Amino acid sequence: MEKAAEFYTLEKGILALKDQIDALAETDDLDKKDRIAALRSEIEKEWARIVPQLTTVNIVQIARHPKRPYTLDYIAFLFQDFMEMHGDRRFADDPAIVAGLAFYKGRTVAVIGHQKGRTTRARIDRNFGQANPEGYRKALRVMLEAEKFGFPVITLIDTPGAYPGIGAEERGQAEAIAFNLKTISILKTPIINVVIGEGGSGGGLGIGFGDQTLMLEHSFYSVISPEGCAAILWKDQNAFEQAAENLGIRAATLLGFGIVDKIIPEPPGGAHIDPEQTFKNVDKHLYQALKKFEGKPVDELLDERYKKIRKLGVFEER
Amino acid sequence: MTNLWTRCNNCQRILYKQDILDNLAVCPSCAFHFRISAEERLRMLFDDGAYEVLDDNLHAVDALHFVDTKPYVDRIAENEKRTGLAEAIVTARGTIGGVPVYILAMEFGFLGGSVASVVGEKIARACERALEDGLPVIIVSCSGGMRMQEGMLSLMQMAKSSAAIARLGKAKIPFISVLADPTTGGTTASFAMLGDINVAEPQALIGFAGPRVIEQTIKEKLPKGFQRSEFLLSHGMIDDIVERKNLKPYLVKALRLFLNRPQ
Repeated sequence: MEKAAEFYTLEKGILALKDQIDALAETDDLDKKDRIAALRSEIEKEWARIVPQLTTVNIVQIARHPKRPYTLDYIAFLFQDFMEMHGDRRFADDPAIVAGLAFYKGRTVAVIGHQKGRTTRARIDRNFGQANPEGYRKALRVMLEAEKFGFPVITLIDTPGAYPGIGAEERGQAEAIAFNLKTISILKTPIINVVIGEGGSGGGLGIGFGDQTLMLEHSFYSVISPEGCAAILWKDQNAFEQAAENLGIRAATLLGFGIVDKIIPEPPGGAHIDPEQTFKNVDKHLYQALKKFEGKPVDELLDERYKKIRKLGVFEER
Repeated sequence: MTNLWTRCNNCQRILYKQDILDNLAVCPSCAFHFRISAEERLRMLFDDGAYEVLDDNLHAVDALHFVDTKPYVDRIAENEKRTGLAEAIVTARGTIGGVPVYILAMEFGFLGGSVASVVGEKIARACERALEDGLPVIIVSCSGGMRMQEGMLSLMQMAKSSAAIARLGKAKIPFISVLADPTTGGTTASFAMLGDINVAEPQALIGFAGPRVIEQTIKEKLPKGFQRSEFLLSHGMIDDIVERKNLKPYLVKALRLFLNRPQ
């Protein structure tokens, strides 16, 4: 908790300016437009000062910010007539993953994403965005529906990880993720992923790769949570910072390895400062990505997808 | 004197080491299956213990310049020296019961059998070779999961190995997954669960999340036998449990059944 407080201090100045803008917008002030523009440029300036100092720990804090837009917020802004599809038809419905069909600029798409809760109650109901096997199997079911009808699949990644619980193990958490990975690799329809917050390990990857992976500037994608890594390798929770820095979890690093294809810029202060601008940025890049893969012959699509995943890794032959 | 004797971790009995070795590293008293090296595994399975090692020229690279309590490069060097292997998996080709096959055996002694770039690459290469010459693939897993020191490069090997296995499936080439103690994390959540047959050794720890992580999350003690082979069998996650001495005949039978295609 004190970790999150650290970022709140950092963004304090920005929030004060944002409040001024919001207050001004409510008034009948004749030159409010100019004054708002001036405040906005002040936010930009303040942010430009902060950005170079952002540590990886700060990125983790922004990605986990309680006000950061979640999957359903994106769905509400980007898509029309979202029809949520519940349940895996095997055991249960998992509220930690939402999935369904929606219109996106006229075409039907399948949308699948991890969902966190905004209130304490909702956080518990959504299991903090940590899916059980049912979540991955629901995602799979919707992906197969999309394949059947030729709809593109859009996945939004935002999870601390797959849930580590007794029931999850009993019902095959590992199998559910493994089967998704295998199926995604040969699914005969385009798949675009957007990392919008936390890309938590296998729990993120279970719906998190495809033809193109986009990543919000201040989100992260990691093999293990920095906390988990600190506990295992350093045997010390306080090594959180070193773990975060070492794991190479930031968008720019992942872009360099080809794990991420494009970084989507966030508005000054992060996605939560200006959600609408964030949605617009995501919309623009998502549409571009979709256009690239739509209508591509299936053989070509799958061949390119395999080649893309096949080349990931760094090693030496000697 | 002392190193002639050892204690079984399971039944706590003091045993004569040679008796265990003569028994395929299985406790003669309680049948507990001790962890064995990749090399021992391959010798046990291939006809006459003979096989050809492939892709052993692949070596790890410290792409993230990872330093925990020790630099990753030092850890690699130490593990290479101790195991005499370049990485946590050995790719081999040979015959079992006269059937030509690729077997990949994981080495727990190399950084806990963790999967990073090289392991993923070796699995993908083996699958691609198998696609070319139509031979079945067996992977014997013994792994703590994805290697943290290669970060997301490790995680993506889950997708890469699964994609390679999906291609084998499309070409109707059998893939058999053998799960030995332990098989956890991303290893279980990718190739180890994707066999046409998933078969485990008795009492092997198999799961996604580690028992300690689960205990910390739910704040309860875990039930006895949780995440052991017998638990997975009863929950429908594996096809069978086979004792080490019966593993080779089991695999030969499975391969013969799968390879006997209707004309």
